[in-house]
Amino acid sequence: MVTLLTERGRYEAAGNTEGESLWLPAIALSMATGWELKPEGFCRDDICVPLPRGREGEFTRGDEVDAARLFRHAAQPLAASRDKSVWSFGTSAQIRSNALDSLKAPDIGLPDLAGKVHRISDHRGKKIFLSTWASW
Amino acid sequence: MWQQLYDELKDYGFMVFAVAMESRGPEAARSWIEAAKTAYVSVIDADHRLADLYNMVNVPEAVWIDETGRIVRPTEVAGSGDYFRKMDRVTRTLPEEGKVMRETMRKHYMDALRDWVKNGTESQYAFDKGAARAHVRKQTEDVALAHCWFRLGRHLHGTGKIEEAEAALAEASRLHPDSWNIWRQMGDMKLDGKPNPDFWARVDQLGSRRYYDKIDMPGMP
Repeated sequence: MVTLLTERGRYEAAGNTEGESLWLPAIALSMATGWELKPEGFCRDDICVPLPRGREGEFTRGDEVDAARLFRHAAQPLAASRDKSVWSFGTSAQIRSNALDSLKAPDIGLPDLAGKVHRISDHRGKKIFLSTWASW
Repeated sequence: MWQQLYDELKDYGFMVFAVAMESRGPEAARSWIEAAKTAYVSVIDADHRLADLYNMVNVPEAVWIDETGRIVRPTEVAGSGDYFRKMDRVTRTLPEEGKVMRETMRKHYMDALRDWVKNGTESQYAFDKGAARAHVRKQTEDVALAHCWFRLGRHLHGTGKIEEAEAALAEASRLHPDSWNIWRQMGDMKLDGKPNPDFWARVDQLGSRRYYDKIDMPGMP
């Protein structure tokens, strides 16, 4: 089992680390990150990164995909714990910048003190002052 | 902090969505939130996911979002300024001119927010699309990678792998040195909430560079 940390949260998945590779069920990667293999390439939302022609097989075996290799190929950031039991998947600056340049406010759900999740989009129809603070 | 403003403006179709960046979890923020008795949304972001999504580096920062979900003012400092650097570091009090500046900036920022809530796109403080885009902070791939390492570090910290967690957080800070959020949160976790003795030294290292970016708003000092 490996732990996947993404902007969506924390997931446990049946995975195998081999060298620089992380083999995961394709469905687990898709659930945790939104990225999935399609005929046109490695895709999330409206972005697709084609796989190198003739080498598509290097990224898959049966129902599994090499998540680490796919992320590197798509120039998406990732980091792993020393024992490779925990993997943190990020989103590239290019995707983030494009999202902000669209001026559509990125949505997120976060818990209050009681654990109830509030989403920014719950308040569509109002003007929202999204502000940060910290105790430190 | 925003309760009075919220009470005053809520009937205009207004919501405050306040996010506490607290990697030590809800308990670090609980007493503050409970004391404030907020009627607006007050949530906790242990992984600093908002900073990743909105390219934030500091607190307090804010984004103004209109009724349709469009950003009308991207991430910027929410009414604070570098006057704090002249604070007496023992008593934590500001000199008189610093106090005046603090009040002036805070009031101007709140007045601007009021103006936008009441007047919408007519407000001189609401950017049009071009100006809003021009004010989006540029992100780099190092910053994106820093957020990955930060998330990993926080998780490892929570599972008791303290030494490895601190190495991961340090890597995040190395990749994103402009993020005071990462650096200060890292210290807060290491010191379990106690004040960071290295804070002022790092502030002083800025020299003539700013801690809080200038707020680009008509009339803001």
